[in-house]
Amino acid sequence: MNRLDYSVARPAESGLAVNKVIKNTYMLLSMTLLFSALTAAVSVVVQMPPMTHLLSLGGAILLMWFVLPRTANSSTGLWVVFAITGLLGFGLGPMLSYYLNMPNGPQIVATALGGTGIIFMGISGYALTTRKDFSFMGGFLVAGLLVVLVVMLANIFLSMPALSLALSAAVIMLMSGFILYDTSRMIHGGENNYILMTISLYMSIYNIFVHLLHLLGALSGDD
Amino acid sequence: MDWMKIGWALLLVLMILALLPRAKAMMTDSPKAQPGDWNAVLLPILGVVAFVMLLITLVR
Repeated sequence: MNRLDYSVARPAESGLAVNKVIKNTYMLLSMTLLFSALTAAVSVVVQMPPMTHLLSLGGAILLMWFVLPRTANSSTGLWVVFAITGLLGFGLGPMLSYYLNMPNGPQIVATALGGTGIIFMGISGYALTTRKDFSFMGGFLVAGLLVVLVVMLANIFLSMPALSLALSAAVIMLMSGFILYDTSRMIHGGENNYILMTISLYMSIYNIFVHLLHLLGALSGDD
Repeated sequence: MDWMKIGWALLLVLMILALLPRAKAMMTDSPKAQPGDWNAVLLPILGVVAFVMLLITLVR
């Protein structure tokens, strides 16, 4: 009888744990998005110079590589997540100022923001409702990311606008794939740490926003 | 600004170097896709492509 009880109770417990990870991830994600919007607004208002983007991204990446893995299992990890997302938001300031100064800049920024939200909700909703296991995508996504990074590196010196637009389109598709992959990992218990899951989803959203803004800005006819 | 280009290039090189071991592990450890799995991925990705094209026409 006891054995039967355990077999019934275990899936229920694991289901509850998964629901808790999903709930905590989305709660922390919405708070970090609001916080980075705030830091981005501050950066626009004080008119930070262009190098802010590079320095903030560099700082955020260092925190992600060296501090977050050591703190992700403690409450300190929450502060680190806010530091990373705050820095990333602050780094967006010069880019946002540039687009906002274009003739239809506010429309482009608002479209990129709304578009990013719709893409994220659509992809997450798809993964959450189909409950399909997308773990098979891992190798493909990371290989794609490596290729994109190498081509980006080459384009810093080649400076080809068409290649830059193609890269932005590729990043949007790749990051959509990462949202599918991460949401599926969350549903199927592949990742139980909501702090790491939040950063992973945040990075996908951040990259979709930045590259959608680039695409819309370049193809709006005013760039 | 040339030093900005060098800074971005340095950051990208570091990202590639940090990602390489993880990428190798993920490529070998990822489960194989079952028939029909990629069709389930294609649908939302095509949706994203169509949506981005719609956004581009909206801001033109």
